[in-house]
Amino acid sequence: MSPQNANPPAVVDPSAGGGALAVRDERWQIRVRGLHKSFPPQHVLRGVDLDIERGRTNIIIGGSGQGKSVLMKHLMGLLKPDAGQIWVDGVDVVPFGDQEMGKLRRKYGMVFQYAALFDSMNVVENIAFPLLERYHLPKSEVMERVRDLLKRLDLENVGGIEQKFPPELSGGQRKRVGLARALIDRPEILLYDEPTTGLDPVATKNVDEMIRRTADEFGVTSVVISHDMASTFRIGDRISMLAGGKIIVSGTPEEVLQSQLPPLREFVEMSGLVAPGSGSGAQA
Amino acid sequence: MTAPSSVDGAPGEEPGTRSKTATKIATALIEAAVAPVRSMLTYAGDRTLLLSSAVAGLFRKPFRLRLFLEQMDFVGVGSLPIICLVGLFSGAVSAQQAIAALRIFNQERFVGATVGISLAQELAPVFTALMITARAGSGMATELGSMRITEQIDALTTFAVDPIQYLVTPRIVATVLMMPVMTMVFNIVGLLGAYAYSIYFEHIDLGQFIQQFTYWTDPKDYMIGMTKAAVFGVTLSVAACYQGFHVRGGAKEVGLATTRAVVAGSVSVLVSDYFLIDIFHILWPYQS
Repeated sequence: MSPQNANPPAVVDPSAGGGALAVRDERWQIRVRGLHKSFPPQHVLRGVDLDIERGRTNIIIGGSGQGKSVLMKHLMGLLKPDAGQIWVDGVDVVPFGDQEMGKLRRKYGMVFQYAALFDSMNVVENIAFPLLERYHLPKSEVMERVRDLLKRLDLENVGGIEQKFPPELSGGQRKRVGLARALIDRPEILLYDEPTTGLDPVATKNVDEMIRRTADEFGVTSVVISHDMASTFRIGDRISMLAGGKIIVSGTPEEVLQSQLPPLREFVEMSGLVAPGSGSGAQA
Repeated sequence: MTAPSSVDGAPGEEPGTRSKTATKIATALIEAAVAPVRSMLTYAGDRTLLLSSAVAGLFRKPFRLRLFLEQMDFVGVGSLPIICLVGLFSGAVSAQQAIAALRIFNQERFVGATVGISLAQELAPVFTALMITARAGSGMATELGSMRITEQIDALTTFAVDPIQYLVTPRIVATVLMMPVMTMVFNIVGLLGAYAYSIYFEHIDLGQFIQQFTYWTDPKDYMIGMTKAAVFGVTLSVAACYQGFHVRGGAKEVGLATTRAVVAGSVSVLVSDYFLIDIFHILWPYQS
């Protein structure tokens, strides 16, 4: 079967997938259609159709090795698909060259799984990096924006954090510094790659709150890759599940909980959110 | 009944089976013969692509002087103690060996010339390159490899920063610029080692040592040595950056990449040394 002829996935939300893709849509900021990607011999993405809602927290769930990070890298333009389209604000970005992609990336901020802070730079230098690389701003203005972010992310009162280097920070602090770096250039879209991986329950809850608060306070569109179901239902406005290289279900948390699709039921039940064998289930 | 032809195969065999088998064997043999050439070309091609991207990055904005200076400090200043130590003893050992050989002909006075030329053309550039490969090359591979597996290189890309221009270009340029400088340091310290050994341990006449050295060595020898050092700078830094930049996996792969960087860097230095000295001797034949 050629990638172009792949069957469309089951989508719970009937509104998803409608409307002209080449027009800036007030509801959907990113729209993905028929996305295929292979790393021979593996065919990782097999025709992904996905819609990302503007200004909301969109969660993409799925088991390990299902291609969540590969999908995320496509959204960010770090990987080129073998087939399919990615529309950002009504523009197909797949044919973009390096220069256009560089400009597009200014719309994005990315929070990496383990923060990906630059080891050779201290906290201030890490946060200021995107501004210093992109613009010729006075140092005072850069510092003002860095301090403002540190304050808004509750890092201001952590003793001497500005001069600390990444290895001296705790897991939670690293995530918050990573978020500050992603937010410094005021992105429209914020991507989080498994933000709660490797954190204890308290730190996980704090990161969840941070994501929720960031979405509300900064008005950004959040896309979170996760396999943490508790976090997903705590912060998600819209949930999509990636399995077998396709989005098999997409909708609000309530709609997703109602779905009877076996891979999703198994995922939800194994996470302990609903009792095994229960029909609709209740949110934990 | 006629006997089956070799093309048709044995009775009961599908027609053409034998010719298909022969074709498969021939294809496999050709594949086996071509594979090493292909992998060699792929090896050279991948590194040439990295080098060309790095060179292109040098002529594109922004120019980050700080990164170049940091790398020059790491490759040059950071390697100074080990270069001096190795240079001192290499010079002394060269003098020891030269005196032992020259003594057979009662010509120990030529030790200054012998050590001077061998240091200038061979020992200084090659030993410096091997030391820089072991210290700075391994460091580059490890640092870039760690940055790759912790997604720091991906993070650079998300900020619309070209990671080759940001990470590889300064490392290659710094190594190319610092290699001739470090080679000259090796020459000077090596000569001091040879001088000290010859004068204080072998009691060679000081005037003879200096006179023979200045008579037989000339700027051409140092030009050859420094040109070789700059070329070694390219080969060793490209080998190190390539290995680090393309790490996949975890800490174990970073370790393996570092080992490969040192091996590839050292081998490329020694192999290119052979060809370079051939080229130089065609351009400037030995004096009779």
